[in-house]
Amino acid sequence: MADKIFGILAEFKTPASILDAAGRAYAEGFRQFDCHTPFPVHGLDRAMGLAASKVPWLVLGGGLTGGSCGLLLQWWTSAVSYPLIIGGKPLFSYQAFVPVTFELTILLASFGAVFGMFALNRLPMFYHPIFRAPTFHRATDDRFFLSIEAKDPRFDVARTRQFLEAIGGENITVLEA
Amino acid sequence: MSQESAVSALEPAPLVEGPQDFNTITEKVCSIVEAPTPLAWYVFFAIASGCASMLLFMLGYLVWTGIGVWGLNNPIGWGWDITNFVFWIGIGHAGTLISAILFLFRQKWRTSINRAAEAMTLFAVACALIFPGFHVGRIWVAYWMAPIPNQMGMWPNFRSPLLWDVFAVSTYGTVSLLFWYVGLVPDVATLRDRATSRIRAMVYGALALGWRGSNRHWHNYEKAYMLLAGLSTPLVLSVHTIVSFDFAVSVIPGWHTTIFPPYFVAGAIFSGFAMVLTLLVLCRQFFGLKELITMRHLENMNKIMLATGSMVGYAYAMEFFIAWYSANPYEKFVFINRAFGDYSWAYWTMVTCNVIIPQLFWFRSLRTSIPVMFVISILINVGMWFERFVIIATSLHRDFLPSSWAYYTPTWVEMCTFIGSFGLFFMLFLLFVRFLPMVAIAEVKGVLPTANPHPDHRELHAEAH
Repeated sequence: MADKIFGILAEFKTPASILDAAGRAYAEGFRQFDCHTPFPVHGLDRAMGLAASKVPWLVLGGGLTGGSCGLLLQWWTSAVSYPLIIGGKPLFSYQAFVPVTFELTILLASFGAVFGMFALNRLPMFYHPIFRAPTFHRATDDRFFLSIEAKDPRFDVARTRQFLEAIGGENITVLEA
Repeated sequence: MSQESAVSALEPAPLVEGPQDFNTITEKVCSIVEAPTPLAWYVFFAIASGCASMLLFMLGYLVWTGIGVWGLNNPIGWGWDITNFVFWIGIGHAGTLISAILFLFRQKWRTSINRAAEAMTLFAVACALIFPGFHVGRIWVAYWMAPIPNQMGMWPNFRSPLLWDVFAVSTYGTVSLLFWYVGLVPDVATLRDRATSRIRAMVYGALALGWRGSNRHWHNYEKAYMLLAGLSTPLVLSVHTIVSFDFAVSVIPGWHTTIFPPYFVAGAIFSGFAMVLTLLVLCRQFFGLKELITMRHLENMNKIMLATGSMVGYAYAMEFFIAWYSANPYEKFVFINRAFGDYSWAYWTMVTCNVIIPQLFWFRSLRTSIPVMFVISILINVGMWFERFVIIATSLHRDFLPSSWAYYTPTWVEMCTFIGSFGLFFMLFLLFVRFLPMVAIAEVKGVLPTANPHPDHRELHAEAH
């Protein structure tokens, strides 16, 4: 499988240099590229031209599901399946159902945020070609990486490598798929 | 005084002290987890897990024999069990406040302390759940509280505050766990990448879910984290509100008051910060984290305790005012009895610890003194436990009919169960500091001055936020 290439990885030392590199890669026309940083670097999303995250929609969906199902559950159990008059109140005394509706809204909205975020990021993914780069373990410590993937139409091993060298990348590694 | 030093005196203290770069943060936090286990840890762990096993025996004894092994009677059907429940759940609230509310307000000083505070939340909620769980008596039918279709054709009563509480506390526990775990993923990835043994690489690798610091991931991650903070904020306020409904929705004089929800939330934050402070003063001392958890952090927490302690003091006074102003003789009797009746010793312990002692934090020399703040934080925890005890016991022990008046004293089983819950709490916390990064590595790196890619526009960005 040595001939199959995932992409090329370059190392940068500072947040400013990765931000600059990402901007240049985008200007060069690359779209299938990624940055790997120990913490979110301010401005990188815009430099990479990332569209707005879809997480909020999943949170909204989760919240609406939680709230409506919660209210429906309470209405059906209290007014239909097991009608029981308590304190002379109407069977569907919705005021009393506010707390549980609220909690279930929050619960499912949070599920939308957490599981939605992991799903959008395609995690868990325990194997990835990038982990085989010799210095990549520093991406969670103090180094910043730029990877350009082979599936980008502008990708060419020699020329992309030259480009990464030109913008100041170090320890340039060709990643095997 | 030169002009330069005058200006620097006005600048806020740095969030992280000493010459730090990204690598020193990684080293400082990870080395705690990677170094050989210190002997003192084993000693503390032995004591804590010993107490936790006592808890297990006490609960086993309770289930085997029946709820009569506790000192509850009629009319005092709630005693130390519910006191401990409210006490522990309240402690948890500071963790969520630090992680969610201070995050939304962009209080960047929270980054060094939020991880440990969130862990504390989880362990406190775990301790809290034990008490109402076993208080139901027949623990094996506790699943009746969940809306599960069953052969009896019955459903839980959704009009009961006690059931609201089940939903509130279980949602709170679940969301806190998720929030904590989401924050941990990048840091666990750091531990995975530094792992020297196969077992560490496997375990941390599994927990890190294959996190590779991708900016396309950070992009969604930051959004999810922000939304979780936004969801946790009303959640944490709702939890203690609903806990207070357990009391306020009833018709017992001394419980049936509208001030309870805000008063309980303030008290929860108050006691929670006290517990965070107790734990962090010890942690930064033992693990050499003084540059990450600075005096500024401790002082800020003391200021919050002063503020919330005063709010609690206001609530105590307002309860008395309303008892008089309502012209309700039962209400008036309960409050006079609370301050001067059989449980006056508990009431005045509460007032001393919660209202009077925190006022010492007005003095800068006292709120920046480690021994003073440590002692005060413990006294606040004592006081807040007594607050819940006073609310529960004094309102119940004088029933409407004098013939049912009684006094409640806990049995040795209740005392050992309470001590045991501390054992469980500290056991879990010790495991946490041993195996997980107790400071949020990625977040602390993000607040270093060098983390900002455009330092010239620092002020501009601070304003834009």
